Amino acid sequence: MAKSVEGVGGLTYDKSKRSWPPELNVFAALVLIVLAFELIGRFFLNDSFLFNLRPDVPTFFNELRLQIIILQVAITGIIAIGVTQVIISGGIDLSSGSVVGATAMIAMAFAQIGVVNGNPNPTLALTPAYADLPVIVPIAVALACGLVAGLINGSLIAFTKIPPFIATLGMMVSARGVSKWLTKGKPESFPTEPYTFIGGGFMPVVIFIALAILFQLILTYTKYGKYCYAIGSNEEAARISGIKVENHKMLVYTIAAMLAALSALVLSSKNLTAQAGMGVGYELDAIAMAVIGGVSLSGGRGSIIGTVLGALIFGVIISGFTFMRLDAYYQEMVKGVIIVAAVVLDQYRQRSGARGK
Amino acid sequence: MSDGAVSDVILKTEGLTKHYGGVHALQDVNFELRKGEHVAIMGDNGAGKSTFVRQITGVEQRTAGKVLFHGQEVSFKGPLDAREAGIETVFQNLALADDLDVPSNLFLGREKVRFNLGPFSILDFKHMRDSTRNALERTGVKIPNLSNKIRNMSGGQRQCVAIARTATFPSKLIIMDEPTAALGVQETAQVENIIRTLKANGEPLVLISHNMRQVFDLVDRVVVFRRGRLVANLVKKDSSGEEVVAYITGAKQAKELAEVA
Repeated sequence: MAKSVEGVGGLTYDKSKRSWPPELNVFAALVLIVLAFELIGRFFLNDSFLFNLRPDVPTFFNELRLQIIILQVAITGIIAIGVTQVIISGGIDLSSGSVVGATAMIAMAFAQIGVVNGNPNPTLALTPAYADLPVIVPIAVALACGLVAGLINGSLIAFTKIPPFIATLGMMVSARGVSKWLTKGKPESFPTEPYTFIGGGFMPVVIFIALAILFQLILTYTKYGKYCYAIGSNEEAARISGIKVENHKMLVYTIAAMLAALSALVLSSKNLTAQAGMGVGYELDAIAMAVIGGVSLSGGRGSIIGTVLGALIFGVIISGFTFMRLDAYYQEMVKGVIIVAAVVLDQYRQRSGARGK
Repeated sequence: MSDGAVSDVILKTEGLTKHYGGVHALQDVNFELRKGEHVAIMGDNGAGKSTFVRQITGVEQRTAGKVLFHGQEVSFKGPLDAREAGIETVFQNLALADDLDVPSNLFLGREKVRFNLGPFSILDFKHMRDSTRNALERTGVKIPNLSNKIRNMSGGQRQCVAIARTATFPSKLIIMDEPTAALGVQETAQVENIIRTLKANGEPLVLISHNMRQVFDLVDRVVVFRRGRLVANLVKKDSSGEEVVAYITGAKQAKELAEVA
C-alpha cells in the first residue's frame, strides 16, 4: 500500500503514523522499572537487582530472585487471564479470590491421605472413605466448583441484568463463607503425593504460561475472542448484530471462575495445605495485573500478552521493594498508587486515541 | 388488490402498533414498499420513525398488527432473524464496535469460520478481508486501511462502513435510519452516491431522513409520520417540500384523521 492514500472526504491516511501495539508500551515500562531497581541497587545498596554479584554462586543472573518473582505472579496470573477476558468483554469479577479459597478447601478435602505417620489424618474434612482418592478426583471437584461459581456469576449478570460489580461482590462474600463452612474454618493439610505435583517446582509457571498462550490464541483467532471485544466495545451493537450476548457472558464468567479454580489447585498443592483465608485480595491483584497490562476497564481493549507483562511488572515491583528492604505496608501503599495510575493512563490514552487527534 | 400486485410488494405492514407502557409510539401504521422502490420516511423527532424501523427489524416486538415481507407474515425474534430473511439495516447509532477493525465489523455476528468448534470456532480472516474489499468496491467506499479500528475513523468513514455492511451480504431490503445526520458535506455526498448505486441496481430502500433536499433528490415516494401515525403518503413528483412540511408540522392533516385530532 502506498505511504499515503486518499480516503473518504479527502482524508489522508499515513501508515508511518500508526501507533505501535500498546503491549510494547507495557514492555517498555517493565524494562524501565527493572532498570530503575538495578540503578537504585548499584548506587545506594551496593547490590544488583538483576545480576548475581556473589562469587561463590556460578550464575550470571540472580536466578533466585527471578524465580521468586515468576513463581509469585504465576498463581495470581492464572486468575488474571480469566479476569482479562471478563474486563475485555466489559465486566468485572470481584469473586475470584474467594472462589480460590472455596475451591482450595473443597478440592483439598478430596485430596487427603488417610494415614499420617501411622495415625489417622487429623485434618480429614470428610469420612476416611474419601481419603487416598486418585488425583483426578480433586481436580474434577475443583473444576466443578469453578463451573458452579462461574455459572452463578454468569447467569446473575446475563439474566437478572444486575451490574457485574454487584453480582460478583455477592459471590465474593458467599464463596468466602463456603471456604469456612466445610472444616468450620480449620486448615486442611496432608495431600496425597500426586496432588503435590500440580503446584510443585516450576509447575505453576508452566501452567501459567501454557494457559496464557492458549487464551491469547483463543482471544485472537476465535469467534469467542471476537465477541469478547465486540461486547466490551459496544454491547448494543453486538446485540443488534445478532450476537447472543447473554450466552457469551455466561461463558466468559464461567471460564474466569474455572481459571480461578485451577489457580486454587496449584496454590493448595504448592503450599501443601488449604485454609479458609486463601486467596484474600487476589481478585484485586489480578485486576491490577490486567489494568497495568493495558486492559481497559471500559472494555474492548487489552490482551493476554499485556496482562502477562502487567503481572511481571507487578511481581518486579513487589520484589523490588523487598530488595530495597522496605516494609510490606509500603508495598501495599504503592500497589494502590500503581493501580490508580494505570487507570488514569488508560483514560488519557482513550481520550487521545479518540478520533480527531 | 390482485394476486399479481401482491408479489410486487416487498414489505407491507397492516395496523402496526407499538405501546411503551402508556405511550403510544406507533398507532395503526399501514405501509407498503414495492420492488425497486426507494421510500423516505419523514417526521419530527419522536414521530415514530425509528420505532417503526425497530418493529420491522426485530429489535423490538410489536404490540399489535402484521408485518408482511415478500407476502409472508413475519415475526422476527431478533435483528439476526431479520437479517437472515434479507432485511439489512443501518441503525441510527451505527451499531459498530469501535475497538474492532473494518472486516470484523462487517461480519459481526456472522463471522466466516474455518474450523467449527462451537463458540471457539477459528475465524477465516482471509475470506472476511476479501469479502470486505469487494463490498467496499461495490458501494464505492474508500477506506484506506482495513485493519484500522473504527475508533480511529472519521464520522463519514464510520457511516460508510455501516452502509458497506449491508452490501456484504445478499439482501432483499435495505433500511437506513438517518445515514447522513452527523456527516459533513462531502461525506454526505458520498453516502448519497451509495444510495444512487443501490437505486441503479434495483435494490429497494427505506430511508429515514430529516433532509428535505436529500429526500427529494433520492427517493420515489415520501411517507410522513406524526405522533405515531402515518399521516401522508406522497408520490414525489406530485408533491412538494411545502406539502411535506405541512404534514410534518400538522398544519395539514389527512382527511380521516382530521376529526380524530
